[in-house]
Amino acid sequence: MPHAYPFLSPEQKKELSDIAKKIVAPGKGILAADESTGSVAKRFQSINTENTEENRRLYRQLLFTADKEIDHCIGGVILFHETLYQKADSGKTFAQVIKDRGWVVGIKVDKGVVPLAGTNGETTTQGLDGLYERCAQYKKDGADFAKWRCVLKITPTTPSSLAIKENCNVLARYASICQMHGIVPIVEPEILPDGDHDLKRCQYVTEKVLAAMYKALSEHHVYLEGTLLKPNMVTAGHSCSHKYTSQEIAMATVTALRRTVPPAVPGITFLSGGQSEEEASINLNSMNQCPLHRPWAVSFSYGRALQASALKAWGGKKENAKACQAELIKRAHANSKASIGKYEGGGAGAAAGDSLFVENHAY
Amino acid sequence: MAHQFPTLSTEQKKELHEIALRIVSPGKGILAADESVGSMGKRLNQIGVENTEENRRQYRQVLFTADDRIDSCIGGVIFFHETLYQTSDDGTPFVKMIKDKAITVGIKVDKGVVPLAGTNGETTSQGLDGLSERCAQYKKDGADFAKWRCVLKISDSTPSNLAIKENANVLARYASICQQHGIVPIVEPEILPDGDHDLKCSQFVTEKVLTAVYKAMFEHHVYLEGTLLKPNMVTPGHCCLTKFSPEEVAMASVTALRRTVPPAVTGITFLSGGQSEEEASLNLNAINNCPLVKPWALTFSFGRALQASALKTWRGLKDNESAATEEFIKRAEVNSLASQGKYTGGEDGSGGAAQSNYISHHAY
Repeated sequence: MPHAYPFLSPEQKKELSDIAKKIVAPGKGILAADESTGSVAKRFQSINTENTEENRRLYRQLLFTADKEIDHCIGGVILFHETLYQKADSGKTFAQVIKDRGWVVGIKVDKGVVPLAGTNGETTTQGLDGLYERCAQYKKDGADFAKWRCVLKITPTTPSSLAIKENCNVLARYASICQMHGIVPIVEPEILPDGDHDLKRCQYVTEKVLAAMYKALSEHHVYLEGTLLKPNMVTAGHSCSHKYTSQEIAMATVTALRRTVPPAVPGITFLSGGQSEEEASINLNSMNQCPLHRPWAVSFSYGRALQASALKAWGGKKENAKACQAELIKRAHANSKASIGKYEGGGAGAAAGDSLFVENHAY
Repeated sequence: MAHQFPTLSTEQKKELHEIALRIVSPGKGILAADESVGSMGKRLNQIGVENTEENRRQYRQVLFTADDRIDSCIGGVIFFHETLYQTSDDGTPFVKMIKDKAITVGIKVDKGVVPLAGTNGETTSQGLDGLSERCAQYKKDGADFAKWRCVLKISDSTPSNLAIKENANVLARYASICQQHGIVPIVEPEILPDGDHDLKCSQFVTEKVLTAVYKAMFEHHVYLEGTLLKPNMVTPGHCCLTKFSPEEVAMASVTALRRTVPPAVTGITFLSGGQSEEEASLNLNAINNCPLVKPWALTFSFGRALQASALKTWRGLKDNESAATEEFIKRAEVNSLASQGKYTGGEDGSGGAAQSNYISHHAY
């Protein structure tokens, strides 16, 4: 038992650790632009735009070529497989465009949720088959980090022990495989905000899930300094009648993290879930102003909460390019400030206040 | 699954957290004076003193009569059951003497190690029976924290999964019970330094053990902010041929802790194991100077590494009492500096400081 069979050399560990630190350098966070084709369909539907490969390319291009004033706001971008191989009008691959801005390229590697038999509608996530080979290829093609999303939900009977254990195990397997190829795994055990549970309940469940998460990572010999965590913030369920302040959310979230996330983890990059752009920024800001000590970077990995206004402003029309990018820039600045506790609020855009909650969001 | 049944009220949590914070306030650590009757026998034997209740009382008196120089160095004292009810020569209860110095009183509550059948000489610790009632009584009698020691060892076949799981579980049960009575549990999963394994091996095992400890604490709903951890430093085995510097020991220890101990844990109070007084202080100092981010207090809970010189100086003779007390105060001050990374080391040339306190297969 007590023998370690080292599988990462000191150089490999350093590489992973350096990549992780680069992504969550002070003031930086992640642009999650890894919506699957199916997810993009929903987004484009809301702006009456056809879900073609070209439209997806055009839209992502707008995001990745936004003015260099946001270079210091973004540490990494998560791409969907298709996007990793698309090119900008200039002929450069998106991977190269992103790298040239000093941002780290990431790749979503999971293959979506599948049901867990015998549970109350719970799921695990697939994608481990051939992951070893895929990671080797992604690394060659420019990716230095990866993302894998698991989903849990709160009801009187869930998350069940099985769901917690199974999802944590699959996340740990994924993380272990990534690290062998110099790819930093972002581990995302999302607990959905669906439901009418209160803040305390969410905190309790989040703590249970994260404790199991780090136990699994330890058992799979994952090098924590070369990982990032992408959790939900601790919030009340979306149907909960009580409204909580961002300070309460921050306190509950930071407390849960302090009880479960070892200091060796370099950064925590929150998902925005169904929060509006402004909500997500204000809550992140409150976390970074929370009086409790946080030994990890506390930043963002936002999809909808960075893109909602930009998407609306674009509306699928070429002539709206600048307006679209302006919205992204606004949210990028806001979240960059929030990640160091210096956001003063009110950076509202077209969709900033609209709740982005989609019922039982599955991606 | 997802229902929470609150274990502690907000007031109870606040009390526990504040006790823990007090014990590990900056510059302070713990005097582990909780040697069982059997362990005291070994100590007194070494200085040619008979192991009687009176001698044990006199010896602890030497420590507890230290002047107010230790008030800023010692945050807590761990007592053995017998000592909790003893008094000084003038009839003042030891508990009162310690409390009057604004030092928190702790009590060792485990009842020693017992074998785990089917393992390679591994053990668990007993003491859970009636622990709830004992805690209630100890709280009334002045104790605000407790200590429970489990023991693991490194060899080709150990620690086994069973040993890790069982010891982690019993520590979590103990912690859970203590907290119900306003007593801060110090959790001590000691990995012995016996063996010829190197620093890396010790680090690996320490990480495995601590991960299991915190998983168990979680499952038992222990309020982490109201606990302290008393681990071994990560050091090579005592028979390892390679020597490692305090900086290497510090880096290995802090790395292991960063990978396993949640920031919510208020403080980490290292045991000294078989290290000499000076070694223990130098290592603690290096740990506090380690450049990695350390979100918990990192201080001492030393037995032998605080008392060795004092014991040697005392030799059971009344005339040596103040000189012996002085030795203790010296080590207390040194470790207070070390716990802040301010110890410049080596000035202390006293008799016991550099000698190893290692006893083979130390079982307490």
